[in-house]
Amino acid sequence: MKKEILENVAKNARLKLTEKEIKEFTLELEEVLKSFSILDKIDTKNVEPSFQPLEIKNVFREDIIKKSLSQEEALSNTKNKKDGYFKGPKAI
Amino acid sequence: MIIKEFVENVRSGKIDVVKNTKEVLEKIKKINKDNNYFNVISEELALEQAKKVNKKGKLAGLPISIKDCICVKGVESTAGSKILKNYKPVFNATAVQRLVDEGAILIGKTSQDEFGFGSFSTNVGLDFKTPLNPFDKERVCGGSSGGSAGITQKADFPHVSLSESTGGSIVNPASFCGVAGLCPTYGLVSRYGLIDYANSLDKIGIMSKNVEDIELILDVIKGHDKMDSTSLNKELNKDSSVKKIGLIKESLDVDKEVKDIILNKLKEMNIKYELVSLPLNAKYGVPCYYIIAMAEASTNLAKYCGMRYGAEEELKGSFDEYFSNIRTKYFGKEAKRRIILGTFARTAGYRDQYYLKAFKVRTLLIEEYKKAFEKYDLLVSPTMPIIAPKIKDVEKLTPIQNYMMDTLTVGANLAGLPHLSVNAGFVKKMPVGIMFTANYLNEKKLIEKGKKF
Repeated sequence: MKKEILENVAKNARLKLTEKEIKEFTLELEEVLKSFSILDKIDTKNVEPSFQPLEIKNVFREDIIKKSLSQEEALSNTKNKKDGYFKGPKAI
Repeated sequence: MIIKEFVENVRSGKIDVVKNTKEVLEKIKKINKDNNYFNVISEELALEQAKKVNKKGKLAGLPISIKDCICVKGVESTAGSKILKNYKPVFNATAVQRLVDEGAILIGKTSQDEFGFGSFSTNVGLDFKTPLNPFDKERVCGGSSGGSAGITQKADFPHVSLSESTGGSIVNPASFCGVAGLCPTYGLVSRYGLIDYANSLDKIGIMSKNVEDIELILDVIKGHDKMDSTSLNKELNKDSSVKKIGLIKESLDVDKEVKDIILNKLKEMNIKYELVSLPLNAKYGVPCYYIIAMAEASTNLAKYCGMRYGAEEELKGSFDEYFSNIRTKYFGKEAKRRIILGTFARTAGYRDQYYLKAFKVRTLLIEEYKKAFEKYDLLVSPTMPIIAPKIKDVEKLTPIQNYMMDTLTVGANLAGLPHLSVNAGFVKKMPVGIMFTANYLNEKKLIEKGKKF
């Protein structure tokens, strides 16, 4: 994996890597991808992908309001809250 | 003492649940000091449940440990990751709730690889400890449900552990710790309340010292759940008879001592088999599994950003800076590695080559299993290619050497097939597991066979 690709992927995944980690990951991921490239050898023309192991159909439910978590419960796992809402970092 | 007997004793009053729970808590605290099987011991909850135990329940008073990635209401549930530190779910996972409804006592959350990212429970999250093998503390428990397997072996009291498998995380540690472990058909047990690793692969299952207990627990936790859209709405096949068994030829390409134990055990138990070849699974299983697992993991882990729950800090800087800082600081190394590989496999330009390709290969691997099940009721193989390795040796493995350890377990997991590992014997005083795989919803065949071990 090229250094630039790795840096771009890490940025997309919101991870900051040190120079040392970039070096290490570049080598390791190169080895992993090389090993995974064995999949190129298997012919998958006209094969449908299996995104699920067993066939499942879309599951829908009635659009009705049901009892759910209280606001207090939903907010119970954070300190960053105000007036019954979650507080997040600046978006703009 | 199997669960049935324990529960009878609870009902008749021979066993006092509060007293038993207190004793169990003391024992696991002591065990945990030396072996690191628990991330949290939920003493308060256990005692509260013990005091008002439902004696009519099928699991009245039974101590159960829960893999950390399965949510327990009010008990810190981190999936072994620092990024979920302090997260206390406000609900129980469906499987947990069903156990509680039958009178189970929840004693704690068991240690694991961070989010399940490992085969040895050595990839624990930052500030977590690696569980040590109950037979030899220099060796690993296996992973990723390492703590569940360790405590199941070490417990000298009636106990089962609720665990989870994505690519082999139940049978692998079951094999290394000498206990029985069942990973059910995908969708048989609801995933609601399971902290996702890879949605199309994750299954909640059970570990116990005996298969009778596994049968009872499965009966309690299985069944359709509206809260999980991938939950199956189907019954188990009632036919438990096993006529023909296929020994997977490629699975014999393992450590010679492991192979000998398996073949001798089959002979000793007079289990007849034919050799069956699953060449595609042997060759392509590991890369296919890891691409899918990492791709799905990278999307699942995108939600951890220091907001709403889990690790958080003072809100400073832009959202990009804040999220990146939190994720960089609190994810462990293997989590970062998998996020990067998984994100890469889904990136424009590489998506067809890796992501889509892997899902197509998966179709061929599933077909290979289906073909084998036209002829055989069960497939058999060693569970792991080696005995539990030493921790210092695992540390020397490269990522790809690590991933290759899953070669015998990824196939059944990719296909969502039920599989069971039971102990087949010992090599150098370390347990060796034998694994049976059945067709979809044929858990009863696995259980019947497993009971004979």
